[in-house]
Amino acid sequence: MSSYRIQGATGEWEVVIGLEVHAQVTSKAKLFSGASTAFGAEPNTQVSLVDAAMPGMLPVPNRECIRQAVRTGMALNAVINKWSRFDRKNYFYADLPQGYQISQLYHPLVGEGVIEVSLDEKDPEAEIKQIGVERIHVEQDAGKLMHDQHPTRSYVDLNRSGVALMEIVSRPDMRSPAEAGAYLTKLRSILRYVGSCDGNMDQGSMRADVNVSVRKPGEELGTRTETKNVNSVRFVMAAIEHEAMRQVDVLESGSKIVQETRLFDPDKGETRSMRSKEEAHDYRYFPDPDLLPLVLDDAFLDECRATLPELPDAKRRRYETDLGLPAYNAAVLTAEAETARWFEALLAESARIQKKGEAEVAKAASNWLISELFGALNRLGKDIEHSPVSPEQGAELLGLVADGTISGSIAKQVLEIMLETGDAPGKIVEDKGLKQTSDTGAIEAEIAKVLEANQDKVAEYRGGKDKLFGFFVGQTMKAMQGKANPQVVNELLKKALG
Amino acid sequence: MVAEVASSASVARTRFAVAQPARTVLAASAMSVTKETVARVANLARIALTEEELERLAPELDNIIGWVEQLGEVDTANVEPTTAVIPNTLRLREDVVTDGDCRDDVLANAPQAEHGFFAVPKVIE
Repeated sequence: MSSYRIQGATGEWEVVIGLEVHAQVTSKAKLFSGASTAFGAEPNTQVSLVDAAMPGMLPVPNRECIRQAVRTGMALNAVINKWSRFDRKNYFYADLPQGYQISQLYHPLVGEGVIEVSLDEKDPEAEIKQIGVERIHVEQDAGKLMHDQHPTRSYVDLNRSGVALMEIVSRPDMRSPAEAGAYLTKLRSILRYVGSCDGNMDQGSMRADVNVSVRKPGEELGTRTETKNVNSVRFVMAAIEHEAMRQVDVLESGSKIVQETRLFDPDKGETRSMRSKEEAHDYRYFPDPDLLPLVLDDAFLDECRATLPELPDAKRRRYETDLGLPAYNAAVLTAEAETARWFEALLAESARIQKKGEAEVAKAASNWLISELFGALNRLGKDIEHSPVSPEQGAELLGLVADGTISGSIAKQVLEIMLETGDAPGKIVEDKGLKQTSDTGAIEAEIAKVLEANQDKVAEYRGGKDKLFGFFVGQTMKAMQGKANPQVVNELLKKALG
Repeated sequence: MVAEVASSASVARTRFAVAQPARTVLAASAMSVTKETVARVANLARIALTEEELERLAPELDNIIGWVEQLGEVDTANVEPTTAVIPNTLRLREDVVTDGDCRDDVLANAPQAEHGFFAVPKVIE
């Protein structure tokens, strides 16, 4: 196991990382009001009088937001607190009309859990690390400020104000940028499987506060800094790398680390201090008197548990043991819920068409999906959710290869046409006359022509240059426009070259 | 239902344990609310106070806190905190969009609004 160390002038330094991830809960309405959460609406059109903090408004929690946070906790094998409570976190800022954020400090909805990350991409079981999750609490998002629209004013849009967030707080268990990246990627994957957050980091549905400190290996924890609102896995890793190096430089020059909030600048790839005079934060938390304690009954928890899907780790292991897939294939196919869903539809349909068990068709289906379809989608700049080819069409194509109707190389051509036209593979093969032929007469006629045209090479081959066999196969296949059954071609060629 | 009450009571005790340090801090500072404390709290609450008001408020707040602190003399170790005066639990709302789309109402009292936004004095980190 390789460990990540920073080489300083005074020796090696270890990096200690904890992440606080804010994940927007997937819901139609906000956490405490009936206003919509849809992204991209006109400013202040999705704001209720509760979200605008008008006097006398009473917050009422959205059952779905609580349910999704509980399901998320269950997916992380976390303790679910049947009794939790909301607190007010008091501070003043222009994006927070209430003057406080409703959050959960003393009694979060979800307690300790764990996320398992694989640190070796090729073999997911080779290096596994458990990252502790300290808690998940539910809280309100703030509004959005725009500073560049007016010379002396900031514009405030409260559409996001009051949208439900889960704050998922890790233990300081990570020791390298790669581990933090793997943790965030895995967390995102789980959230998307559970359906509690769309994980869309571009739209701010998921953002991380990154806590970093450095120490000499084995020593006490150092003073940490918190880099706020980092919005991609890549940026989180870059922010950690830069911040750790900066701290090593500060410490080795004899100064001390100031516990402070910092910002990551993606353009420069560095972090910088967020406030010149860091006022000691005093949020004066207290239980929100507008909200009674949240008490969950067993029926509620049972429903949450019953509706959990098979999660990525379990699915990956099942693909390996039950379907006999290579570890790499299983990991790739289960990383995203959408890919797994696509693969399972492809698998079921392939088994049906080929009248075989899923395990028998799994390997060919997974290879085709990973190398052929992913490759094609990459070129088109599309993800699998927007694939022009459906799993049913994919299964039909695989069926045509399996029963010998077309060869693997023709299948590639057919896929290209499918992506373009959306036509069914069977129809394409029929229309374009791509059916593979095992007609020995036709193949033999072409072989005769190929050998006639390449007499010099025939002589060389017979003189012992075996490698030329591939050349003859290629020429014959070309002459047959790729439609000859390769096995038949091989046999006939061997006979002809004798 | 019985199990639920039991679990909430045990959680309540935990809560008390967590809340304890905060109380202690308050009690310690309650012995003397200084002018500086009043100024700091006023600043956190964005309330502007004059020097005279600070002078007057320090002993006033000190008295109030001292008065409330008398409650600390009661042994509440085995008493569940009162969360409501009538037995009631938090009601939950269904996930349905029932509100919003009232921008004019929302912006009606804003000292300044432009292009559908609140316009506030520029705040930049």
